[in-house]
Amino acid sequence: MSYLEATDLARSYQVGRAGFLRKPRSFFAVDGVTLTLNKGETLGIVGESGCGKSTLARLLLGLIPADRGVLTLQGQQTLGVSETEWRALRRRMQLVYQDAAGALDPRMSVRTQVEEPLHIHGLPLDGAERALQAVGLFGAMADRYPHELSGGQLQRVVIARALALEPEILVLDEPVSALDVSIQAQIVNLLMDLQRDFGLSYVFVSHDLSVVRHISNRVAVMYLGRIVEDAPRDQLFADPKHPYTRVLIDAAPKPDPSTRRAIRLEVGDPPNPADPPAGCGFHPRCPLAVDHCRKEAPELRRVAERRVACHLVSEPFG
Amino acid sequence: MIWLLTKTLRAITTLWLVVTFVFFVLRLSGDPTLVLLPDDIDEATRDFYRQLWGLDRPIMVQYWSYLGALLQGDFGISFRNNLDAFQLVWDRVPKTALLTGTALLISLAIGIPLGIIAALYRDSWIDRVVMAVSVFGFSMPNFFLGILLILVFSLNLRVLPSSGSGTWAHLIMPAATLGISFAAQFARYTRSSMIDVLNKSYMRTARSKGAGPLRRVNLHALPNAAIPVVTILGFKVGELLGGAVITETVFAWPGIGRLLTSSVAARDLAVVQCIMILLAFTMVVANMLTDLAYGWLDPRVRVGAKAGAR
Amino acid sequence: MGLTVNNLEVTIERRRGTAVRPVRGVSLRVEPGRTLALVGESGCGKSMSCLAIAGLLPRRARISAGSIEFEGADLATMPEAQAQKLRRRHVASVFQDATGGLNPVRSIGWQVAEAVRLREGATRAEADREAIRLLGRVGLPDPERRAREYPHQFSGGMNQRAMIALAVAGNPRVLIADEATTALDVTLQAQIIDLISDLRDSLGMAVLFVTHDLGLVAQSADDVAVMYAGRMAEIAPVARLFAAPRHPYTQGLLSALPGATGQSVRLTTIDGTVPPIDALPQGCAFAPRCGKASALCRDVDPTVHAGVACHHVLPAPVKTKRVFA
Repeated sequence: MSYLEATDLARSYQVGRAGFLRKPRSFFAVDGVTLTLNKGETLGIVGESGCGKSTLARLLLGLIPADRGVLTLQGQQTLGVSETEWRALRRRMQLVYQDAAGALDPRMSVRTQVEEPLHIHGLPLDGAERALQAVGLFGAMADRYPHELSGGQLQRVVIARALALEPEILVLDEPVSALDVSIQAQIVNLLMDLQRDFGLSYVFVSHDLSVVRHISNRVAVMYLGRIVEDAPRDQLFADPKHPYTRVLIDAAPKPDPSTRRAIRLEVGDPPNPADPPAGCGFHPRCPLAVDHCRKEAPELRRVAERRVACHLVSEPFG
Repeated sequence: MIWLLTKTLRAITTLWLVVTFVFFVLRLSGDPTLVLLPDDIDEATRDFYRQLWGLDRPIMVQYWSYLGALLQGDFGISFRNNLDAFQLVWDRVPKTALLTGTALLISLAIGIPLGIIAALYRDSWIDRVVMAVSVFGFSMPNFFLGILLILVFSLNLRVLPSSGSGTWAHLIMPAATLGISFAAQFARYTRSSMIDVLNKSYMRTARSKGAGPLRRVNLHALPNAAIPVVTILGFKVGELLGGAVITETVFAWPGIGRLLTSSVAARDLAVVQCIMILLAFTMVVANMLTDLAYGWLDPRVRVGAKAGAR
Repeated sequence: MGLTVNNLEVTIERRRGTAVRPVRGVSLRVEPGRTLALVGESGCGKSMSCLAIAGLLPRRARISAGSIEFEGADLATMPEAQAQKLRRRHVASVFQDATGGLNPVRSIGWQVAEAVRLREGATRAEADREAIRLLGRVGLPDPERRAREYPHQFSGGMNQRAMIALAVAGNPRVLIADEATTALDVTLQAQIIDLISDLRDSLGMAVLFVTHDLGLVAQSADDVAVMYAGRMAEIAPVARLFAAPRHPYTQGLLSALPGATGQSVRLTTIDGTVPPIDALPQGCAFAPRCGKASALCRDVDPTVHAGVACHHVLPAPVKTKRVFA
């Protein structure tokens, strides 16, 4: 029952300017990502900065064109479709991102901004009121301007604006990263309530493993534009297979002094995505790397419910 | 190396465009014989001069032959006195260079320190005074300031000569006239650039290292604040030369500017073209120097980002 | 030794003669070889407290009450020049944005060497050598070559290492790390935290670690001070604080963390938001969000007793090993 399905999605960017007698270099920010999102589930996407997770979020929504790959929503092609079809698809998938204050127009009341997408799609405006209530912004609150609201309230407005069109899928790019702990908890709860009440499917992009672990059904780990591991949440955290997943989980600070890392983490600095190493992208930092890893990039192989891209964990699984 | 090649090619293209533009605009703006020759002269004599100066040929033919001559360093002959146009212009270069150079020095010597002080004491009365004076300075038109100075110092106080270029005293008023508005502008640019830099977190780092105020300004802030100011300096060279035309006219300063006004009025095509090419050349060189200074000041330009930087 | 802050208060003069106090009576103590974490949500005054201790308060902000005792003298009241001299020699800071914190037109080596010279008065050649040694010490590969490079040629992590090298030049007694790892990726964050702990142990520094991330606190601190709306809410050894938080705000913060409750269950939240510093309520600033708040709370601002500032917490029955204020 795959719902949103991406196959071999890729997107490259140029580095530096093209000049006289100089060809610009380019690199793949997202390099052949294949994933599925099932109806009503939350797919967490984690990785460090530059791993391509935000680019992937935008690719999934068709906000930036893909270099290659196929994206289908309930079996229907979404890339390279006509303007009208694309608009209809856009209604079904919405983006919520981190910088709520930057995403809102300071000169428009909250209500006007939530109504805006309805205007654009020529829909009745009462959807805005429903969306505002759904995110917990009632009555006079909706007539305020962005500067009169706190960070948590702004994030609610952004979510309401995405909800106004009654989408089926929300792509959430670091939706709680800028918020303080107590506010973050409120927004995470809100997102989980909305998912239950409206049957939404989420793609939840974040660098924060603890939030992703809390909210996701499945988690995909990205490294240098590729998915290196993808598994049901509990399996991934209980038994990470890819060395990078393990490093990531080890490095994430846990709010429990009794779990302090006994050994130092020596994995070097993250690579420059514009200049990726040959072979497996993780090999320079991998404690287990062997010769083979330096030469050939491992493929993402499916084993049971999990997918892993590592030469060393292919055979006797678990 | 590629950088230099690109720059040179661009400079040559710019110069060629200027030559072409000036050439056609001047030819279309009227017949030089109407201005240079007496009104009551007969048509046959006019035709003689048209032939002599080559004005009877089709315009494209004139253009190509002019370009050809230019490439051999021949700028043509002045219609007014039959002298070599380039020689005529070149003789005036030192005077204009002296005037604009002095004006530039004055403007930098006044504007940059004032801008730094205003930034360091921002929002205080010092800042407000400097900014108020600078508004006054750059909103005052050149010719008006010039005439004002002449009224005060030449006619009333009788301490400075009102025109000519014989002595250092002659230089003071024209250079001040030209320099003051630039001083005002540099003060503003320097101030805003400095304020920008002073708010950067590396200035806090310098403070946390225990660097004193003088060290923070001289070694940490100024090298950064200079970068945008230098960029603007490159643009301002053109304005400075433009201002010189007016200033030279007001003070009867025998430089290129005054030669240009009189040559335009007389439709002395070869001289006007020669001056325009020279001005364009100066600006192109100024821009290249700016780029070089930029690279020297800013390591982000000098050494490109390497692997590891993101 | 170490540094003791008593009842620190910071006042910011605003335009039109009004003033706000982002820090209101903060007391803490950092000791050599130990890390004190100062935690709280944005606007709680933790960074402002640090800047006051480091002598880096912005224009218009000043220490309006309290003392900062260091080496038997009070940095808050001694003549400015003398305080600056002491701080220059002994108190170093590392901030969040390392790339922005380094001067873009100066080489990394120059910037570290400058710190060496300012702290120790070394000659140029000595300072250059020491800078390269320090850059190597903080884990920068090939320090001799790297010293000649500029911040834009470094990654964020390398710049943070350079900032740390610059901070520990001349062996300061106190290192203030203000959200020093916040902008970094987790793998880097872990390595930078390890580096700071390493340097703390080998140089015997007292570390004041400011962060909003309770996970980092649990992983790296010895003691924790929790701030709320400019005041100290609770201060305790790390194990005690996480095992048995006593202030309702600390309890709320810890239970709001994902992972505190079971997965996929609703997170515990603290209702409402932090009050702005120019509109603080009467009494305990946390009272409007606190489930336990009583008339007393809304009337009288509690002071810190046995490490907790709450009317509802009885003085601890057991004698705590470390006593704060």
